[in-house]
Amino acid sequence: MASAPKEPVQFSGAGPLNAPISGVLTWVDQRFPLMSLWRDHLSQYYAPKNFNFWYFFGSLAMLVLVIQIVTGIFLVMHYKPSAAEAFASVEYIMRDVPGGWFIRYMHSTGASAFFIVVYLHMFRGLLYGSYRQPRELIWIFGMLIYLCLMAEAFFGYLLPWGQMSFWGAQVIINLFDALPLIGPDLSTWIRGDFVISDATLNRFFAFHVIAIPLVLLGLVAAHIMALHEVGSNNPDGVEIKQHKDAKGIPLDGIPFHPYYTVKDIVGVVVFLFLFFLVVFFMPEMGGYFLEYNNFIPADALKTPPHIAPVWYFTPYYSILRAITEDFMLVLAIGVAAYVVLIWLTTRNALVKMAAPAIGLVIIVLMKGGPLAIEAKVWGVAMMGAATLIFFLMPWLDQSPVKSIRYKGPLFRTALSIFVIVFIVLGYYGTQTVTPAGTLISQIGTLIYFAFFLLMPWYSAMDKTKPVPDRVTM
Amino acid sequence: MGKNMNKLKHLFAVLLLAPAFALAAGTEVKLDRAPIDENDQASLQRGARHFVNYCLNCHSASYMRYNRLRDIGLTDKQIVDNLLFSGGKVGDLMKIAMDPKDAASWFGAAPPELSVIARSRASHAGTGADWLYSYLRSFYRDAERPTGWNNTVFPNVGMPHVLWELQGEQVLAERKVQGAGFEKTEHALKLDKPGKLSPVEYDQMVADLVNYMVFMAEPARASRTTIGIFVLFALSLLFLLAYALKKEYWKDVH
Amino acid sequence: MSEQDTDQGKRQFLVAATSVAGGVAAGVAAVPFVASMMPSERAKAAGAPIEVDLSTLAPGERVTVEWQGKPVWIVRRTKEMLDTIRANDSQVADPKSQKKMQPAYATNEMRAIKDEYLVVVGICTHLGCSPVGKFAKQAETFDPNWQGGFYCPCHGSLFDLAGRVYKNKPAPDNLVVPPHKYLSDTRIVIGEDTKGA
Repeated sequence: MASAPKEPVQFSGAGPLNAPISGVLTWVDQRFPLMSLWRDHLSQYYAPKNFNFWYFFGSLAMLVLVIQIVTGIFLVMHYKPSAAEAFASVEYIMRDVPGGWFIRYMHSTGASAFFIVVYLHMFRGLLYGSYRQPRELIWIFGMLIYLCLMAEAFFGYLLPWGQMSFWGAQVIINLFDALPLIGPDLSTWIRGDFVISDATLNRFFAFHVIAIPLVLLGLVAAHIMALHEVGSNNPDGVEIKQHKDAKGIPLDGIPFHPYYTVKDIVGVVVFLFLFFLVVFFMPEMGGYFLEYNNFIPADALKTPPHIAPVWYFTPYYSILRAITEDFMLVLAIGVAAYVVLIWLTTRNALVKMAAPAIGLVIIVLMKGGPLAIEAKVWGVAMMGAATLIFFLMPWLDQSPVKSIRYKGPLFRTALSIFVIVFIVLGYYGTQTVTPAGTLISQIGTLIYFAFFLLMPWYSAMDKTKPVPDRVTM
Repeated sequence: MGKNMNKLKHLFAVLLLAPAFALAAGTEVKLDRAPIDENDQASLQRGARHFVNYCLNCHSASYMRYNRLRDIGLTDKQIVDNLLFSGGKVGDLMKIAMDPKDAASWFGAAPPELSVIARSRASHAGTGADWLYSYLRSFYRDAERPTGWNNTVFPNVGMPHVLWELQGEQVLAERKVQGAGFEKTEHALKLDKPGKLSPVEYDQMVADLVNYMVFMAEPARASRTTIGIFVLFALSLLFLLAYALKKEYWKDVH
Repeated sequence: MSEQDTDQGKRQFLVAATSVAGGVAAGVAAVPFVASMMPSERAKAAGAPIEVDLSTLAPGERVTVEWQGKPVWIVRRTKEMLDTIRANDSQVADPKSQKKMQPAYATNEMRAIKDEYLVVVGICTHLGCSPVGKFAKQAETFDPNWQGGFYCPCHGSLFDLAGRVYKNKPAPDNLVVPPHKYLSDTRIVIGEDTKGA
């Protein structure tokens, strides 16, 4: 964005303090791009005027980030990252530190709130095609933020040093055991011990309070810079920059400040109402936000009868558990069918050659007798793939339109099923293993991946509606 | 789309309900609902006394300070005179002298720390209070156990029935249940030798104790809900202002 | 966008009202965070009042006890010591100890409930060092005519045996007398006193 010439700041409104205030602002502005930052990102950042409900969750995610950082700083003042003292120090915060319970509940509720808000924010992207060209990088930065958030939540969950902290970390770290060759050494290296211990707690603490938050903040800055470079998408998926007035202002754009600041404040107040409803009246949220077993100190000799990750990880956890030895055959058939589909539909000679070769390698690794990798490894790989596959969205979606408003029945149905499957997988991830649950998780896993992998076909052949030239209110 | 959605909803419902049928076939013990009232200070004070008398010999509550009992209406002097036996200070934690290692060798397992037990025992079967209330009333004589006691809520429990003099001795009696077209055997607890308290009095005593343990698990609970009401009320007011402000500015946008 | 029918007055009022309400809310929300940095219940329990038995303390001797993590000195003053304190009135900055918010029973020449026992927090009122007891009447490097008292090694403040600071020394005030009371002739509690005393 072109920076405006530096001129004395005009401070609107009348009052005795105006002269000194604008004097100070001018003094600062001659030395720091204060006003141009303000203009570029708020008062003259033109956002489409047709944002709807789904557009609240970006600013809310920022709010929760701030809540987590501020409450986190104050918790660190009292928390002791040592296996001998961690559990007691959390109870110390809950009882002996003035206001400590409030800060701790805000932080524990904030963790879940963060994922709720981010999942809704991501769903908004899926609804309106916010990942489509030219916003691929915004989406990729966003996905990196999501991965960081999962790492942050995982490291943070060990810190209360309860039974679920301990065994949750135990299970996840043991996933790395599955990696060929380096697996066992890698998981020992991650723990810094032969079991999860004081050393593990200390390094998780370091990652949770400084390493990941630093990366997270950088990524958030990149996410917003990329957004403000290309401009926001909107529920109609049309580019407002294509219609500008004589001054170069998009006809369908309104300045972010004051219009979206006042609107987002309403969203913030409603969010805080719900947030504090949980903090003050149901901080455990039925065992989903604070798990009951986590009120038992970590015990390396006794696994709780039922362990499940916190709710925001459970869709992936279901996928992990769905990959059994029997299921590998189904997966191999799925890969074969997918290769056939690619071979039949592609006109690219290279792809026509490569797809069967790659498919064959995968099938051999899945079901190739002595060459096959065990199902546990595939479970980890599929779980990883389930999170990483979101990165491909900008290239998987071949629809000529961005927004769900103008997409056809195929995409709409696919997205609806995907959301349901995501929730169902999440639900089964919280439950103990049953044969029925495993079967449903396996079906869910297939649908989950089909949503992404078949998208290039169904999104392209879908019957779309004509997109209007300008946004609709 | 509408028809599609209906089908999806149907599928969704079936998928979610499947485990409910699976659970119904399980053999989880049904918990009794604990008749407690966290605002009943007299009950909390009786419960605190029972806790100190009966539990705080083998179990510690080492995150709980005695002077926190001010929250249930006791004065420092009452706490010192009635509840602090070891001559400690009113700001002390409810610790015990027993070494957990000794305890583990005597009882097979170290008696658990009880500060937050009421929170950790919650499950989908009921609250932590329900579990404790049911557990403390479900001991029965079992000659096969080293302690001579067993428990229907916590099978093969390590702890003997500390309150047996009060409750008396229960036994596990079998009884046949005749239903329409089926017959099954149920196990039910039966009071064999009465104790010092009548069953009603014993239940009341356990309820008081459990009430106190729920308080002890989260002493901030009372202030949390009181403050919460103010916060939500304030946010409602703020919402009215913020909404009016938004409406006012958005008059510009057509 | 049209500017014609905007009511600037209403707009400014709503901005001001929302800002004030939001600011108040943020201020109230800050309270628990600020409060969390105050001494916790654990710190308060550790700093609880302590009982001291004085029956074994010989005349002219001092015992140091810990209260709230600070050294508290109890000196059993002899008749001779009390006499030197009286003779010292012209040398010290605030002989009757009227200057500070001390307990009422310390705003006197001897700064004590009972003249025999001096109870003071052993922390210099200048910058927090702990002075050294120099009870003997003898020539010292810092004062050839030393009458006995306390000497702060950090910045050279001098206090007499009633904890009163000498004139023209860095320390602004007399040593602080903590709240205390006598349970019996020889048992005292440091950290609390009789209400209204």
